Amino acid sequence: MSSFFHRRKGLVPYLLLSPGLAWLAIFFIVPLAYLGYQSLKSGIFPTYEFTWEFSNYTEAVSDYHPQLVRSFVYAGIATVACLVLAYPLVYWIAFRAGRWRNLFLLAIVAPFFVTYLIRTLAWLNILADEGPVVGLLQWTHVLGEDERLLATTFAVIAGITYNFLPFMALPIYVSLEQIEPRLLEAAKDLYASPVQAFLRVTLPLSAPGIVAGTLLTFIPAAGDFINAELLGTPKQQMIGNVIQAKFLESLDYPTAASLSFILMAAILVAVLAYARVVGSEKLTG
Amino acid sequence: MNPRLTRNQLVRRGAAGLTVLSLPGLLAACGGGDDGGGGDSSGEVAKVLNFANWPLYIDVDDQTKRRPTLDAFTAKTDIKVNYFEEINDNAEYFAKVQGPLSQGQGIDRDIFVFTDNSRFPGLLVDQGWVQKLDKELIPNISNLIDAQASPPFDPNREYSLPWQSGMTGIAWNEDVTGPVESIEQLLEDPKLKGKVTMLMELADSVGLTILANGDDPATVDDDVFNRAADRIQAAVGSGQIRRFTGNDYAQALTGGDLAASVAWSGDVIQLLLDNPNLKWAVPKDGGMIWTDNMFIPTGGSVPTASTYMNYVYEPAVAAKLAAAINYVTPVKGAREELAKSDAKTANNTLIFPDDELLTQLHQYDSAALNNQEHITRWQQVLGQ
Repeated sequence: MSSFFHRRKGLVPYLLLSPGLAWLAIFFIVPLAYLGYQSLKSGIFPTYEFTWEFSNYTEAVSDYHPQLVRSFVYAGIATVACLVLAYPLVYWIAFRAGRWRNLFLLAIVAPFFVTYLIRTLAWLNILADEGPVVGLLQWTHVLGEDERLLATTFAVIAGITYNFLPFMALPIYVSLEQIEPRLLEAAKDLYASPVQAFLRVTLPLSAPGIVAGTLLTFIPAAGDFINAELLGTPKQQMIGNVIQAKFLESLDYPTAASLSFILMAAILVAVLAYARVVGSEKLTG
Repeated sequence: MNPRLTRNQLVRRGAAGLTVLSLPGLLAACGGGDDGGGGDSSGEVAKVLNFANWPLYIDVDDQTKRRPTLDAFTAKTDIKVNYFEEINDNAEYFAKVQGPLSQGQGIDRDIFVFTDNSRFPGLLVDQGWVQKLDKELIPNISNLIDAQASPPFDPNREYSLPWQSGMTGIAWNEDVTGPVESIEQLLEDPKLKGKVTMLMELADSVGLTILANGDDPATVDDDVFNRAADRIQAAVGSGQIRRFTGNDYAQALTGGDLAASVAWSGDVIQLLLDNPNLKWAVPKDGGMIWTDNMFIPTGGSVPTASTYMNYVYEPAVAAKLAAAINYVTPVKGAREELAKSDAKTANNTLIFPDDELLTQLHQYDSAALNNQEHITRWQQVLGQ
């Protein structure tokens, strides 16, 4: 047996790769091809026919570009908010929390033991018009008497931020944790101020974590529909809501499929542009 | 379950899967046989009945959490009932079951329920995805009220029998607002801004608005539809409508986040028991009435399902159901039966509507329910 592999060394990598490739083929390429096939059909349910109906794409864009743009704006704001919230938090955990590190990390991950839907439903109670948060904000005149938090753009973006925070926090934590403390000591020895040391040592070394975190946050957030569904109004609907409704409510599979492709393409373009700006070596660490 | 496919089944499904490169097809070929636990489509009565229905739609004993009418059915017939509260939305449930049904496979259910103000009853019958009832096993069909004898999707009641009917009107919370008795007030009164919801079901929300416009929901052409859709869209645009909902308006309405909602009659009667500040009314321009219908999907056991349908058409059983779930029963004699034990419920016009109330209720144009342009437009109103 071993001599077989010896003689045909060239086969081994392919044999090792084949389970992964088969997995990709069955669960990614086949469904994707099927989605593409669906997206070019025409007709009405249940008799859709394959007719190379490219107008599905142009009509989808002209009908639903507001939701598409909104999804990217919301996902972008939520990603920045996640970064601003997560970075100081994990910085503190990585450098200052000492032996409590794992406990604090667990605290970040703990809400994830509860399902996504339940976590989001909890915000319905927290932000309710008659709830404590709105009451406090109205009492302190941050919110007017008639203003509310629930069913606003703020609630939707806050919900997305909350739900995706760990995807931002954990990669940044990993890259911060790996920083060699002696590099910071060296910076200090070379008369760098704490701010300079952070900007010229810590921040660049944690950049791969930031890049990974922003991608892990932005990509699923752009396709999210739960937060807009539960915490928003019809005016906050995102492209994920449109796809969900097209698929489940209208049974309009061609439009749902073409919108899915458009979303994928738009995200791909956004990610490539981002990679271009930050430099592709950061994507791979 | 029959884990082994016959060769013929395997070849047929495998071929179907490959020719259209369909993942559902491939997965189906890997799945079990079509006859699942639901028993045979024909022949003997099975030992088990699998019944899919909406939540809060059958009698439940508060103490034991058991369902008395189902227990009594089992005691009487020796048929065990698996009751699945798995339908929350006609379209969503249909999307879930249409894959197997379109391939001629069963879904492991003997009875499921669809509402006549959606396009799905018609689709199910036209596509042949439901089976004919065995009327010889349903002598109690004679108790079906005349108004329900001949619906457009099934003129001779060959495939379906009503489960319950219900009314769509307006519910409001008296702690937050005075009476809200018209769609005009709901959609346009600035005092209610951001504190009202409508239902996601097209026929409910558009139907009420058509009535408020002075049009007739029984004949919905493009003009009638668009007038109503424009009016609702304007209310979304102004921020008047907070959300479109399914059953989930209940929590926000009782909590006071909402002042008023388009709501189903039975839901609110059930909520009223705990929240006397809730009110429900048919809007002054008229309300909508709809009926949930039981069907036997492909693969379901016709004799078993028919036996159960016969059982719920006994007036005494129908009376128990009506008293528990507070929707409108389609069974003659149920009211008289209930009056013997519970006169108050028997005199509740929201459960047993009188003629005066019935004249205010309307059905949505069944042909227009299938209009793809209307469906698309409605989706755009729901999310802008």
